[in-house]
Amino acid sequence: MFMLPAFTPVANASEAAAPAAAAPAAAEAAAPAAAAEAAPAAAAVVYPPAPKLTEADYPTIKGVNARVAVWLVAQLHLWFGAFVVAVPMFVFIIESIGMMTRDERYDNMAYEFIKVSITAYSLTAILGGLLSFSLVLFYPDLFKYLALIFKESMFAYALLFFAESAVLYIYYYGWHWLQGGNKKWVHLTFGLLLNAVGVLLMFLANAWTTFMMSPAAVDAAGVFNGNTWEAIHNFLWNPINIHRVVANVAYGGSIVGAYAAFKFLSARNNEERAHYDWVGYNANFIAIAALLPLPFAGYYLTAEMYAYSQQMGITLMGGVFAWIFIIQAVLIGALFLSANYYLWCGMGRSEGAYRYNPRIKYIAIVLVAAFLVWFTPHTLVLTNSELKSLGGPYHAYLGVFGIMPAKNTAVNFLLTFTFMSFMFYRRANKVATVSWATTGNAAQIALFTVGLINIVILGVYYGYFTNTVYKVAASIPQVLTTLIIIIVSTVIDTFMYKGAKDVAPLHWGRMSTRSQYALFLLAVSFTWLMGLMGYVRSGIRQHWHVSNIFRDASPDAYTPGLGYAANIVSIGTIIFMAMVIFVFWLSTISGKHVVAKGYWKEQA
Amino acid sequence: MINFLKVSFFSLLMVGGFWGFSNFGIPQIKPAPPPVEEKLDLGAMTMDQFIALGGKIYNGKGTCTLCHNAMGRAPMLDKIGTVAPERMKDARYKGTAKSVEEYLHESLVKPSAFVVSGFGKSGTNDTESPMPDVTGGGIGLNEAELAAVIAYLQDSGGAEVTVAIPAMEAPGAEAPAAAEAAPLKTPEEVIAKFTCGACHKIAGQEGALGPDLTKIGKTKNKEYLRQALLDPEAVIAKGFTGGMMPPTYGEQMKAKELEMLVNYLAGLK
Repeated sequence: MFMLPAFTPVANASEAAAPAAAAPAAAEAAAPAAAAEAAPAAAAVVYPPAPKLTEADYPTIKGVNARVAVWLVAQLHLWFGAFVVAVPMFVFIIESIGMMTRDERYDNMAYEFIKVSITAYSLTAILGGLLSFSLVLFYPDLFKYLALIFKESMFAYALLFFAESAVLYIYYYGWHWLQGGNKKWVHLTFGLLLNAVGVLLMFLANAWTTFMMSPAAVDAAGVFNGNTWEAIHNFLWNPINIHRVVANVAYGGSIVGAYAAFKFLSARNNEERAHYDWVGYNANFIAIAALLPLPFAGYYLTAEMYAYSQQMGITLMGGVFAWIFIIQAVLIGALFLSANYYLWCGMGRSEGAYRYNPRIKYIAIVLVAAFLVWFTPHTLVLTNSELKSLGGPYHAYLGVFGIMPAKNTAVNFLLTFTFMSFMFYRRANKVATVSWATTGNAAQIALFTVGLINIVILGVYYGYFTNTVYKVAASIPQVLTTLIIIIVSTVIDTFMYKGAKDVAPLHWGRMSTRSQYALFLLAVSFTWLMGLMGYVRSGIRQHWHVSNIFRDASPDAYTPGLGYAANIVSIGTIIFMAMVIFVFWLSTISGKHVVAKGYWKEQA
Repeated sequence: MINFLKVSFFSLLMVGGFWGFSNFGIPQIKPAPPPVEEKLDLGAMTMDQFIALGGKIYNGKGTCTLCHNAMGRAPMLDKIGTVAPERMKDARYKGTAKSVEEYLHESLVKPSAFVVSGFGKSGTNDTESPMPDVTGGGIGLNEAELAAVIAYLQDSGGAEVTVAIPAMEAPGAEAPAAAEAAPLKTPEEVIAKFTCGACHKIAGQEGALGPDLTKIGKTKNKEYLRQALLDPEAVIAKGFTGGMMPPTYGEQMKAKELEMLVNYLAGLK
């Protein structure tokens, strides 16, 4: 642990103002009269306003760019943090499934996942420490100001970190000890506790971050009113909490998917190959399951940013950051296409998949079309001759795809058809045996048809033929339509395929090498996307450390351009992926036993 | 080992693809630098200059045009001189203003005094405005700047300009911003600040919406270039469309910056 810079809020305003020499006498004289009021007066702590800094207030280290250093370390900490918070969530679920089904494969897979995350946990802690040091070193006044407001939660964070470590070690090292009967329940309870502490830690750190975006419990000058909970529970805290929980699970799934792909490619026999194919499938399932609601969580967060500050919202979507959403479209397109491609390849494991194969190409066409709509920018960057021939910056036909209603429609199609891919995959090896299977299928076809028509009507009619208010508002029933399709269809499928016959045993391991690269693409795209969106989240504060109350006066107060941000994010991603591969490698060597014949002295 | 290399190469390729697209596939917009407070001597200003200052703040530091534009995010203010008296009589009006000037001042510092129908915060039934107090931290206009914006709004909104130029030093009088207010030192800084490269090919930037300026000094003299900067619509270059270049550089640039840029451009041969 590090020492915080020495500072203490003054006890009250008069204490701050009184000359030191006069203070004892004044206190003595005032003592009798003020005796009754002494307690409340002492309790009334007056906090200083946010400091007004100059460039000279920022320490420098020759050859080190403070912003880049903090940016990279914070991002690396966040990537690892997201991974180690997410893994115990699905490890807990997988372990529970194993316990309920008594299928040991689930238990082994859960253990393997937590084994991978244990090294990542150390790296998260190291990077967290490095981040704190970097902040204290390069941005001491900012750290001091934040610590003044969040001192209690920072201390609680440190204590919780000990608790997290203890529970994690018991959970991991006690895995094989706490097996069977009531012991398994005890182990699961530790898993639950691990998740509770992990999520709480993340929520606390989120509070500090979101306070910098949407400060609460402070006045216009940044004077803290002393209400820590109000500062924690600031406007964007819950939207970020929700977004990060969902995104972390999807991200964690993609990273363990990459792990499984790496092990699959390195497998020495069919048994290993089958095992890691199965692990990869489950990881991809986790990633997709969390990826489906993620755009909604993102949309909610953005809507809340608008609600908090229209200026912030417009800076985000219509200002310098607007083009970032085209990059985001490319990345999310890559995520969805790679996840779907993996599913389609996975259908090769089943003898019954041929029934669905002809439909895959149509799903692929819809996914690519939806991606292209999302990818279409609002304003085209053209040469002068192109501008003249088009008659303006908007294309006569493609221009309509540039606005949000078209993109909302495209995203909902992307989600619905990804779900359809997954449904086909699940059905590939099964034949429904219930008497109402035909009716059930017809109901599902009707559900998808009506739902998709509804999404189009909401997008086209309300998006283009009514006023702006409806344009934005129509996105909510669109999302609800998609959710209804997914939920109702899952319920019908669950009942329809209860007791279904298997076409043939699944051929785990019968997967192409290319399919494994789809899992890598998923992990790399996700990592890069998180880095990019981290830049945006932080960047919309512009030249403020704490939005509108604490100005950034450092030489790096300007918002970096997209190209520059892409450079930093790419460097960070490469460092992260190298560290992740190191973690994978460690988990591989930890199980190896080399027999060093002749090295050890023979024991009698 | 071979798999390790293959996977590493594939990952690097993907990262390279995303990096390349972000750098070369989309326009590189240089974000505006943090706003600096300028030191102006209001005592020497004419009312026209004061209105022009208000226009500059309205379009710049005040960030008013983020919402008050043709996109429909906030009401247009081009007829505010006519509509303000009607709004003050409206039953929903909660303010105390008695004149257009007072109404504008109130709208800037207490935007919820009257919320135009359809422009209120979601769920507030047009009782709460999403607009911030422009004297608050995010925008932080001082009283002199506020007066300049009101003068500009009165002038552009069809009302009589009643605001008096404050008898004080305006923006940033108390701030240690003398150094910040100094004119830019090089033409490259001017080009970067005013983002000329977003539309023109100049100083290593590849904008293509306006004429190529890399050899502009060969064909155009200083008078032409000065006029092109101050009044871009006066002469539209052959093969290009009018209405693309901001007409506000004359108000935004310092005289020294303007002359430096004109000399620089004239020297590009």
